[in-house]
Amino acid sequence: MENIDLTMIWVVIIGIGIFMYVLMDGFDLGVGILFPFAPDDESRDLMMNSVAPVWDGNETWLILGGAGLLAAFPLIYSVFLSALYIGVFLLLAGLIFRGIAFEFRFKSGKSKHWWDKSFSIGSTVAAFAQGAVIGAYIQGFEVVDMKYVGGAFDWLTPFTVMTGLGVVTGYALLGATWTVLKTEGRTRDWAFRMSERLLLGVFGFFIIVSLWTPLTKPFVYNRWLGNADWLWIFPLLTAVVSLWVWRAIRLRHEAVPFMGSMILFAMFYLGILISMWPYAVPPDYTFWDAASDPGSQLFLLIGVLFLIPVILGYTAFNYWVFRGKVTPGAGYH
Amino acid sequence: MELDPLLLSRIQFAFVVSFHAIFPVFTIGLAAYIAVLEALNYHRPDPVREKLSHFWIKIFALVFGMGVVSGIVMAFQFGTNWSNFSYAASNFMGPVLSYEVVTAFFLEATFLGILLFGRDRVPRGVHLLAACMVALGTFISSFWILSANSWFHTPAGVELVDGHFQVTSWLQAIFNPSLPYRFAHMALASFITGGFVVAAVSSWYLLRGRNRRSSRMALKMTVIMLAVATPLQLVVGDMHGLNTLEHQPIKVAAMEGHWETKKGAPLVLFGLPDGSAEENHFEIAIPYLGSLILTHSLDGEVQGLKSVPAEDRPPVAVVFWSFRIMVAIGVLFILLSWTSLVQMLRGKLFESRRLLKALSWAYPLPFVAVIAGWFVTEIGRQPWVVYGMMRVSEAVTPSLSGGMALATLVGYIAVYAVVFGAGVYYMRRVILDGLDPIGESRESDSARPKRPLSALNTGFDDDNAQPAGS
Ligand code: HDD
Ligand code: HEM
Ligand code: HEM
Repeated sequence: MENIDLTMIWVVIIGIGIFMYVLMDGFDLGVGILFPFAPDDESRDLMMNSVAPVWDGNETWLILGGAGLLAAFPLIYSVFLSALYIGVFLLLAGLIFRGIAFEFRFKSGKSKHWWDKSFSIGSTVAAFAQGAVIGAYIQGFEVVDMKYVGGAFDWLTPFTVMTGLGVVTGYALLGATWTVLKTEGRTRDWAFRMSERLLLGVFGFFIIVSLWTPLTKPFVYNRWLGNADWLWIFPLLTAVVSLWVWRAIRLRHEAVPFMGSMILFAMFYLGILISMWPYAVPPDYTFWDAASDPGSQLFLLIGVLFLIPVILGYTAFNYWVFRGKVTPGAGYH
Repeated sequence: MELDPLLLSRIQFAFVVSFHAIFPVFTIGLAAYIAVLEALNYHRPDPVREKLSHFWIKIFALVFGMGVVSGIVMAFQFGTNWSNFSYAASNFMGPVLSYEVVTAFFLEATFLGILLFGRDRVPRGVHLLAACMVALGTFISSFWILSANSWFHTPAGVELVDGHFQVTSWLQAIFNPSLPYRFAHMALASFITGGFVVAAVSSWYLLRGRNRRSSRMALKMTVIMLAVATPLQLVVGDMHGLNTLEHQPIKVAAMEGHWETKKGAPLVLFGLPDGSAEENHFEIAIPYLGSLILTHSLDGEVQGLKSVPAEDRPPVAVVFWSFRIMVAIGVLFILLSWTSLVQMLRGKLFESRRLLKALSWAYPLPFVAVIAGWFVTEIGRQPWVVYGMMRVSEAVTPSLSGGMALATLVGYIAVYAVVFGAGVYYMRRVILDGLDPIGESRESDSARPKRPLSALNTGFDDDNAQPAGS
């Protein structure tokens, strides 16, 4: 037992959990972000129907992220949530408005356009807040004696605004490529056009973040330049995948853009981890400083190792039940 | 005036958790009811039952949606407002809340999709399975959350090392002494809540002569269930109280309004507890009955509030009154469900308009009782967050300013007002709209317009348009 590094295992599990969240809620938040731009009401119905059976499961990964951090890395949980107090409120308010829109929109008549707005604004605010959280993580926190001591708006800087907008664009790309996958005709053609533009936007943000982060953080700069002999693969791969997705969109492939966008997200995610490693609460605390008691980590690990495959199993079953294109008139309950 | 982040955090927590708790108590009961309907229908298909299940799934979806969004807020409240506490108690709280997510939330959320949208996409057996999984998920969920909550009241299986809780026994910590009572009491509360809402809607339809067959069926089912559950709740509640007396005697003293430690204590029926004067004004009490209930003997000794220093006492009046409200509603429920049962056995339930009216008005009461019960439990725990081990004042987030706490409190109130207002409004519309007419065939379900309510084929008042007997 002694030589198994539980903390390292938990870094991987939480990492995968958060990544699952980003991918899965990413595309359904993206559908919300794109909502106002959809060509017509029928497209909006289709887009909403395509995520209605799965969004709740997708969002559960966020709750797992929260509870899992409390269990495995309580320092991250308590510092991030104190420091991002206002941002977290915005995130939650956004999620509330978009979540209830699913139920209320279908039951409303004339007031439907309000729930359209609630869905799109809520999704956009939530995506922005998540991007700002990532930016704040890169930026670091003022922590003394394991407690956050900074101010309420320390997290809100030009850098975090930029990462916020970046995530909004990225989620919109996931949403657009998902729409390509799930719809036909007019809606799909529009989604192809959106995907093209959004991919350009995402690539732009990728370049800005890649330059901005090392220039403001010496340790990130040293990380990338110090290991330049193998890390060069990273930007190269990102560029290659982007080109591949671009070509697929151009050729009107239906599945590749979505798959490719998810791979792009995986690369960004790994890139951030490589930059920040091994800091959990930058600039001072590593994942090992932030860890909970090994007994607690082990107690949860046993259950999680057994349950996550089961969850993935029935999640896959759910997606399989609702596979294929959504068609107009496929009724809501 | 300086804004106090501690007080504002307490108000905020109380507000968001009370708001959240309204929904699960209802959905736990309703999910079980839907699973029962689906199971019966699976064995012997019956269009009436199917419509009934269809109808309640619509309501369920609305309430569940509100439960989910308000629950997501809860998952982050501990970190935003009680970060010191989260950090100190993370070794226990973290795994328990995570187990709730991996054993319950995923199960509910995933199978919910199939329950709501899958009727025409999966075999009947799988749809039934989905209904059962959602119901099971709600129970597993309440098990874990109540375990966490009970541990605040009766902490066990932990030791404090440098202000940090370390778990010494998971079994003792999870199955802490008050969990069995709290879980049983809460499960019954959920059945009672779900039952009274179904009974209220069915009675209301019957009074208007709508959806007759399905409403009669629903009312019969719920009356039988309620007649069993409501007296059981009294018994479980009594046991719960005795358990509390053993572990948190000061909370019970506040519930009962006992200031002095006495043998042969009275049962205070009415009074205005006054914390600074340390006595009750206008007290009306029955001698000896208090000792009889609490110790099951006439001259048993009952500990009073004055046995501990004033800073260790909870606010008495709220606890005292909330407790009375809950118990009064509980007793009223026993009367109401037994009257209904007797009338049903005499074959007169559907003709007794006064009884139907009473039932149709009763639906807010279980919610009031639930919130009142939680107020007793939680405010009675003050000034401790973990009873006897950590004070609430040590729990609050150090960087939190009064202004921030106030801003988000106002924000939550505003957001929830919109959510709740719209939710109730749509629920009312679904209920006014009634059950789908039986005359339509099953196929028409999948071809239904996407917005069943905006394309009302049954107007609000043309019940007669529905085939008789629906
Ligand atoms: C429909 C809801 C409902 C009804 C009819 C009752 N209760 Fe209750 N009660 C609850 C819903 C509830 C609750 C919301 O579920 C609480 C709050 C926390 C808990 O454990 O259960 C609670 C708490 C609670 C407590 C506090 C336990 C503690 O100290 O933690 C006691 C002593 C009782 N109840 C006793 C009763 C009695 C004697 C009732 C008489 C019929 C009764 N309850 C009816
Ligand atoms: C029906 C649901 C609940 C209601 C209505 C409720 C009500 C309350 C109230 C009124 C307070 C404030 C007490 C005071 O400041 O005087 C409070 C505090 C608190 N409750 Fe609950 N509660 C509920 C369920 C829960 C559950 C399930 C948990 C834990 C898992 C929990 C954990 C807490 C915590 C951590 C506090 C803050 C610290 C404190 O003030 O003691 N509550 N709750
Ligand atoms: C009063 C005690 C509580 C009970 C009985 C309870 C039970 C439930 C149930 C049954 C659900 C499913 C949704 C629904 O039915 O509406 C739910 C949702 C949720 N609850 Fe609570 N809960 C309680 C308090 C809390 C607290 C204190 C937290 C915070 C730690 C919390 C976190 C959540 C979350 C995150 C969800 C959404 C999960 C999803 O996506 O399905 N709950 N709760």
